[in-house]
Amino acid sequence: MTASGIGAPVRRKEDQRFVTGQGRYVDDFNRPGQAYAYFLRSPHAHAAIRSIDTSPAMIMPGVVAVFTGDDLAADKIGGLICGWMIHSKDGSPMKAGPHPALAQGKVRYVGDHVAVVIAETLAQAKDAAEAILVDYDVLPAVVDTAQATKAPVQVHDVSPDNTVFNWHLGNKEETQAAFARAKHVTKIDLINNRLVPNPIEPRAAVGEYDFGTDNYTLYTTSQNPHVARLVLSAFIGVAPEHKLRVIAPDVGGGFGSKIFIYAEETVCVWAAKKVRRPVKWTSDRSEAFLSDAHGRDHVTHAEMATDENGRILGLRVHTTANLGAYLSTFSSSVPTYLYAPLLSGQYDIPAIYCEVDGVYTNTAPVDAYRGAGRPEATFVVERLVEKAARELGKDPAEFRRANYITQFPHTTPVIMTYDTGDYAASLDKALEVADYRNFQQRKQESARNGKLRGIGFSSYIEACGIAPSQAVGSLGAGVGLWESAEVRVNPTGSVEVLTGSHSHGQGHETTFAQLVSDRLGISIDQVSIVHGDTDKVQFGMGTYGSRSGAVGMSAIAKAIDKVIAKGKKVAAHVLEASEGDIEFKDGRFGVAGTDRSLAFGEVALQAYIAHKFSGQDLEPGLKEGAFYDPTNFTFPAGVHICEVEIDPDTGVTKIERWTAVDDFGVIINPMIVEGQVHGGIAQGVGQALLEGTVYDQSGQLITASFNDYCMPRAIDLPSFQVGMTVTPCPSNPLGIKGCGEAGAIAAPPAVINAITDALGHEDIAMPATPQAVWRAAQKARTLLAAE
Amino acid sequence: MYAFEYHRPTSVKEAGSLAGQAEDTKFLAGGHTLLPTMKLRLAGPANLIDLGQIAELRGIERTGDTITIGAMMKHAEVANSADVKEAIPALAEMAELIGDPHVRNRGTIGGSVANNDPSADYPAACLALNATIVTNQRKIAADDFFQGIFTTALEEGEIITQISFPIPSRAAYAKFRNPASRYALVGVFVAKHADVVRVTVTGAGSNGVFRVPEMEQALSGNFAAEALDGIAVGEDGMNSDIHADAAYRAHLVGVMARRAVQAAAARG
Repeated sequence: MTASGIGAPVRRKEDQRFVTGQGRYVDDFNRPGQAYAYFLRSPHAHAAIRSIDTSPAMIMPGVVAVFTGDDLAADKIGGLICGWMIHSKDGSPMKAGPHPALAQGKVRYVGDHVAVVIAETLAQAKDAAEAILVDYDVLPAVVDTAQATKAPVQVHDVSPDNTVFNWHLGNKEETQAAFARAKHVTKIDLINNRLVPNPIEPRAAVGEYDFGTDNYTLYTTSQNPHVARLVLSAFIGVAPEHKLRVIAPDVGGGFGSKIFIYAEETVCVWAAKKVRRPVKWTSDRSEAFLSDAHGRDHVTHAEMATDENGRILGLRVHTTANLGAYLSTFSSSVPTYLYAPLLSGQYDIPAIYCEVDGVYTNTAPVDAYRGAGRPEATFVVERLVEKAARELGKDPAEFRRANYITQFPHTTPVIMTYDTGDYAASLDKALEVADYRNFQQRKQESARNGKLRGIGFSSYIEACGIAPSQAVGSLGAGVGLWESAEVRVNPTGSVEVLTGSHSHGQGHETTFAQLVSDRLGISIDQVSIVHGDTDKVQFGMGTYGSRSGAVGMSAIAKAIDKVIAKGKKVAAHVLEASEGDIEFKDGRFGVAGTDRSLAFGEVALQAYIAHKFSGQDLEPGLKEGAFYDPTNFTFPAGVHICEVEIDPDTGVTKIERWTAVDDFGVIINPMIVEGQVHGGIAQGVGQALLEGTVYDQSGQLITASFNDYCMPRAIDLPSFQVGMTVTPCPSNPLGIKGCGEAGAIAAPPAVINAITDALGHEDIAMPATPQAVWRAAQKARTLLAAE
Repeated sequence: MYAFEYHRPTSVKEAGSLAGQAEDTKFLAGGHTLLPTMKLRLAGPANLIDLGQIAELRGIERTGDTITIGAMMKHAEVANSADVKEAIPALAEMAELIGDPHVRNRGTIGGSVANNDPSADYPAACLALNATIVTNQRKIAADDFFQGIFTTALEEGEIITQISFPIPSRAAYAKFRNPASRYALVGVFVAKHADVVRVTVTGAGSNGVFRVPEMEQALSGNFAAEALDGIAVGEDGMNSDIHADAAYRAHLVGVMARRAVQAAAARG
C-alpha cells in the first residue's frame, strides 16, 4: 500500500471546496436572462380538475408565461416513465397509469403539479400562482397501504382495485411442503415505515435553449445525468438526445431521491425554449417533503418454518408495497427484484416464497431510498430470525450461526448466487467487540436503576454492484447496468478519468484517483476525476445501489489496463525492445532483465510526440475507454449489534452501544468507508426510532416539515464501534463489494430487536418513538404482572 | 414571503408611535415564529417593526430580590448571565434548553413571552416564578398575562420592555422535548417561594401554560418528589398530536414534575 493507493485513508480531495463553501451546486448556476419557475401544486390528495383559468395570473407583474398540462400535450411532450416492467403472477404486465409532468384532468396527491408560472422573480411567480383559478371536484382519497385495494377509490383508471401488480418469486409448492414438515412456525406482522429522503440540497433545475445551435442544456440535481438525458429525449421527448446536454454538478446528497426523472426538470427544459429564456426552479424544503419520491412503505406478513433442531426450513412472505400516486422511474423494481431476492439473508433456507402486491394510493410516489428494497427484506428476515430464536429458546447469535450459509458459491431459492463470504467470522468479531458475554451484567445494572436494557442483532446481506445487464434485462429492466470509463493520459503524464458514475457525497474524486495512483504509480494530485456532464463523459449509468466501486471503478481499472498495454507498445519502440519484454511496475515501463526503463510520464510524452514510432505501426496518443458489465451482483454482509437502554417512565430509548462488523471486500479508502457506515447507521436509526411519514385520511401530509418529521441528530447516536472482515469479491477485478447502503440496511432490525429484547415482547412498530415505547413498556409491565 | 415595509426604530417610544400610525403591523423580535410564517406566506404583515436596535430593551439587572431581564435579551444571554445563574439557576438552565445554539443566539425572552406558544418554555418559567411583565404601558402579573394559546393580555401596539422575576428559594425546570421540533412536549417548572410553591406546565395543555394546584398544595406541605405520589393529572384539556396523545402527555406531566422537584430539592 502506498500513501495514496488502494487501502490508504486519504483525506477527501473534494472537501477543500466543500468545507470552504466553494462547491458549485445547481442553484449556484445563474444564466443570462434567466426567469424563475414556480409550480402550482395540488392542495388535494385526489380531485378532478373541472377547469383551470390562468388568465388572472398572466396579467400579474413580471409574469413571462403560465403553462398547464394542455400546453405540454399540445407540444406532444410525453409523460414521465417507469423504466422497469414487472409482470404479475398471471403473466400480465403491470398496470401503469399515465404520469403527465403537469396534471391533465386529475390530481392524485397533495403536491401534484397543476401548472407552472414563469416570471422575472420567484416572488412574482408565487404571486401569480396564487391568482390561478382551479376548479377542483374533490374526490375521496386512499392513503393507507393496507387499505389500498379495498377502498372505494380509484387512483388510476387502468387499475380498478389500485393494484399495479401481483408479483411473486420463489417456489410456492416447495415452501408449502417445508411448512408442512415444520416443527415450529414463527409468524410476524411488520410495517416498514415510509420515509422522506431529505438530502441537504433540495432538488433544482435550470433549463436553457440556444436558438443559434438548437442545443438544450439542463443543469440538474441528478445521480445519473446520462439516464436523465436518455429518458428526457427518448421517452418524454423534450429534446433530441444529441442536442441535450445534462450537467449534474456538485450535488448535495441524493440517497436515491435524485436518481429519478421528475416533472420539474422536464418542464424547465421544455419551457426554456417556449419562453426563449433560461428557466430556473429550486425546490424549497416544503416542496421537497411533498414531491421528492419517498422510500419504503411496506406492510408485510411473514412466516418462518423451523425443524426440531432449530434449522430454518422455509420462509413465506406477503408484502403490500405502496407505490404512491404514480410509478416513479424505478419504483416497480424496488419492492420486487431489489427486495425478494434478499429474503434468504445470510441463511441456508431451502424453500422461500414471496408475494408482493404493488398498489397505488393518493400519496407521493415511492421509489428507491438508500438500500432500496434490501432494508425492507433485511427487516423481515432479521426480525423473524430474532423472534424465532426467542420462541425456540435459543441464543439469537447462535441460532443465526447454526443457519448461516458456509459453502460458496451458494444459490438461494430466490435467484441469487452468493459468490463468497464468511458470516461466522463477522459474527465472532462483532460478539467480541460488543462484549456480548457481559451483557447480562449490564442488563442487571440497568434494572437496578429502573431501566430496561436490550440487545439486538442484525446479520444482514445486500446485493450491490448493480448489476449484470443481461440478468436485469431478463427481469424487466429497461436499461443495462454496466458502467463506462475513459482514462485520458496527458502528454505531461497527468491523468483525467471520465466516469459515468456520479459523486454526490461518496468521495469519488478521492477513491477513483487512489485507484489510478495505485495502478499507474503516479501521485493522486496528478489525477482528475471528471463526471456529471453528458458533453464530457460519453455515457454512464450513474450512482446508486452501491455500484460505483464495484462497477464504476472496475470500468476504470479495465481502461487503465488498456492504457498500460498501449504504454508497453510505446515503451517498446522507445526502448528498442520487443513489446513482450516490456514490464510495467511501480510506475515504470522497463525491459525485463535490464535496468533500462521509462517513467510513466516519459512514455506518455513519447506517445504524444510520436517521434519514435511510425503512425502506421502505432496510433499516437494515450487514451483508452472501457465499458464494464458486471458478471454478478456483489454481496456485502456483516453483523451489527445494537444495545439500548429504555427509560420506562418516559419511553426514551438510548442507544448505549453500536457494533458494526462489515465485509465490504477490498476497501479503497477505510476512512471514507467508515464514514459511509456511520451515515448509513444514522439513517437506519432514523428509520427505527425517529422518522415516520404521516398522511391524514384525507391525504394531507402531516409530517411536512422538520417541526414534525424527526431527522436523526448527533445526540440520538452513540459512538460507533466499527470493524471489518474481508473476503474479496471474486466477481470483479478489484474485489470490491460496496459499502454505501450497508448501515441503512443493517440498522433498523438491530434497533427493534434490541428494543423488543428489552421489553420482553414483540409489539412495537417503527418508528419506535418515546410515546410508542412508553406504551409498549406499559404493556410489558402488564404482561409481567400477569405471569 | 410577501413584500412589506421594514421599520427599525431606536426607542420604545418611536416603536410605539410607528405601531400607532402604520396599518397592519407586526413587531419583530427574534423572529423565530414570525419569519418562518411569513416565508411560508401564512402571514403577510404590511409593516414590520424591528425591535432589534432599541437599547432600552436590553440588559439584565439584579436589584434586591428581583432579576429583571430586558425583552430583547437572547436566550443564550439569559443562559450565560452570571446574575441569572446565581439568583435563579433554573431560569438559566431553562434558557439553555431552548432550541439549538442558532435559536438561542437569535430568539428573545420578550418575543417568546409575547407569542405565548403553547410549547414554549418561558411562559412556564414566568408563571411559576410569579414574574411581572412590564410593557410600555403598564405592569402585568404573569397570572393575568397568559390567556390561552398564542393569546396574551397585550393590547394592539403594546410592547414588552422587561420581565422581572422574584428570586425563589428553590426552582427547577424539567423538559421533555418533542423529538422533532425540540419544543416542549411537556415542560414542568417548579418554584418554591417563601410562602407558596408554584408548579406550571407548558407543552401539554390544549389551552397553553397552566398551573397544577394539587401539586402546589402537596409540595407546599412537603417539598419532595414523594409528595406528588398519587397525584395524577387528567387527560382532559391535554394536547394530542402525532408525537404524544393526551394520555402520554398527562403521564409525562407527573414524571417531569417529580424530576423537577428532585432537581430543585437537590439544589440545597
